[in-house]
Amino acid sequence: MDDQLIVERAVSAQDIKITARGVQVYYGDKHALKDVNVDILTNTVTAFIGPSGCGKSTFLRCLNRMNDTVAIARVEGDIRIDGEDIYDKRVDPVQLRAKVGMVFQKPNPFPKSIYDNVAYGPKIHGLARGKAELDEIVEQSLRKAALWDEVKDRLKESGTGLSGGQQQRLCIARAIATGPEVLLMDEPCSALDPIATAQVEELIDELHEKFSVVIVTHSMQQAARVSQKTAFFHLGSLVEYGNTSKIFTNPDDPRTESYITGRIG
Amino acid sequence: MTDATSANVPAQPETSAPASSLLLQTDRMKRRNAAESRFKAYGIVAICVSLSVLFIMLWTIFSDGVSAFRQATFSFDVTLDAARLDPNGNRQRDEMMRVTTIGYTGLLNDNLIVYLNARAISTEGVTEREIAAFISRDTPARLRHMVIEDPSLLGQTIRFEGFATGRIDGYLKGRVTRDSAERDTNISVAQLDLADRMVDDGLLSLKFNWGFLTNPDASDQRPEASGLGVAMIGSAYMMLLVAIMVLPLGVSASIYLEEFAPKNRWTDLIEVNISNLAAVPSIVYGILGLAIFINFAQFPQSSPLVGALVLTLMTLPTIIIATRAAIRAVPPSIRDAAMGVGASKMQVVFHHVLPLAAPGILTGTILGLASALGETAPLLLIGMVAFVANYPSGPLDGGVLDPATALPVQVYSWASRADPAFIERSAGAIIVLLAFLLIMNILAIVLRRRFERRW
Repeated sequence: MDDQLIVERAVSAQDIKITARGVQVYYGDKHALKDVNVDILTNTVTAFIGPSGCGKSTFLRCLNRMNDTVAIARVEGDIRIDGEDIYDKRVDPVQLRAKVGMVFQKPNPFPKSIYDNVAYGPKIHGLARGKAELDEIVEQSLRKAALWDEVKDRLKESGTGLSGGQQQRLCIARAIATGPEVLLMDEPCSALDPIATAQVEELIDELHEKFSVVIVTHSMQQAARVSQKTAFFHLGSLVEYGNTSKIFTNPDDPRTESYITGRIG
Repeated sequence: MTDATSANVPAQPETSAPASSLLLQTDRMKRRNAAESRFKAYGIVAICVSLSVLFIMLWTIFSDGVSAFRQATFSFDVTLDAARLDPNGNRQRDEMMRVTTIGYTGLLNDNLIVYLNARAISTEGVTEREIAAFISRDTPARLRHMVIEDPSLLGQTIRFEGFATGRIDGYLKGRVTRDSAERDTNISVAQLDLADRMVDDGLLSLKFNWGFLTNPDASDQRPEASGLGVAMIGSAYMMLLVAIMVLPLGVSASIYLEEFAPKNRWTDLIEVNISNLAAVPSIVYGILGLAIFINFAQFPQSSPLVGALVLTLMTLPTIIIATRAAIRAVPPSIRDAAMGVGASKMQVVFHHVLPLAAPGILTGTILGLASALGETAPLLLIGMVAFVANYPSGPLDGGVLDPATALPVQVYSWASRADPAFIERSAGAIIVLLAFLLIMNILAIVLRRRFERRW
């Protein structure tokens, strides 16, 4: 890994966006996530790495309560966004998900037009008054997702007719259209070819100026390329969390080093 | 690298092929291939058997039933004698009604004999009474109805078309032969000879009979007048009501079970019960309908409403199963996507899942309706096998509470009548039923093609 482009990125802001303390997740009897403590910073790309089944996706899905949809999942501990406990009884997960957007592993645009894909979130949350405002949100979101120039002439065509990379950027545009503060990405490039991957990574790099981005990835190179902070998960525990450059060059924990160098995982 | 054609490649050794040559099949390979060809042959045989059975069935139905759409019909000049049909001469409807069909029968008989003489058709060996027997009992009633509706016809000579009796109809269609006529007290060989002469003259012929589709049922004595009108109206009312009742019930039950219900012992129990209900014999639903809707709720017997309620109960499990399968076929990634942008559960279901599942739900519903259309057993128990000679009123005038029959029930009741003329009508009714089923299935396929979305 030593010759990877690990740019020493200055972590621009040190404000904490999300704090997680003592998070435990159980799937039925299985203890999937053990006592995770982590602070995620604003305007930062945080990468979660680790072997399959280590709990990194599970933790990601705790951050916008997508685990609620799994009947057997049970989450304990304390997760706060801007100091507010998101597992408080008064929190409606629907409202939380407008604030914490999510992009999935497989591009999953709705089988509707490109315009409707992006406009759906703002519509259901009532973010736009009138057609002109909605048009503006759609255009801005597509611009931020670096897709506008490619699709501006065919907004009425189906979103499922785009190429894989375009579909994934459409999903990103859809996620940022609701004006989220945090963007969760669950292996967003695993179904894409290298060129589309490069485009999405470039996009992630741009997005962190406005959002906190949390990305789960299997590719250590990708984590090294796009993130400022990296968390290494192993067997359901958070092993090490720190600046990406440090994790990849001088990890504290021997397990991290073994994984980085390819001995485990 | 690829200069394999050059001369310096050594010739292949022709003799002593290696033990594992690719050019020779091993015994084991031969056995495997033989098993494969045997299996293919079984499959082809199975398909051929089912196709030939289907063909035999359709051929029987059509060869018996097509003739039901044509009927032996007289076409001759009738002088409507005003003195006989309106004795008081004032064209008052009430007074004209006093002349019964018997009066019209006499008029028709006389006119037929006049016509036969005018055309010089020999009537030797046939009495006037026997000539009168040629005309169906339905025909004078039809003429009477025509005259009462339009009294201006009185005094005129019109070209009138009316049915011949069932025996003459059978003779023209080959059902009655001279051999059978010798043993039949209702018809004589001399009458058949006269019928032949009438056909030669053009007086008597087989004509397409719309009445088979529009007339109500008729009594045993006049099979030629019977039709499917009441049965088709009854079936149409029932299908309409079933569709109205079964769609909301089935779809909301499926959505709840699939998307909202917790997975616990109760929902497991409900699921098992739905699967079991789909397998309950349909006559059991008939008994249930009899007990609940007729004996307890006091709904009128033989009414399409009760029939529809019973058929709804019967098709509901099938439709719930089809709808749940359609909902389950919507990929979970779509649900995740909608949930991820902050859609509530209701919004996920109504904006995304339901539109994507709609073609599957519609197909399932139409196929469920098609099976309900062909259902007979439960309708027998709630009295829809009755002889109904009056049309039910319009759907908005409480027609769903009037007595009616249904197409499959009409098939059953005609098939159990004594006169052989009803056998062809029974087969004809099956053809009509099959046509409706075919239309519904084609509709299901078209809807599926039209609205199917890919992702």
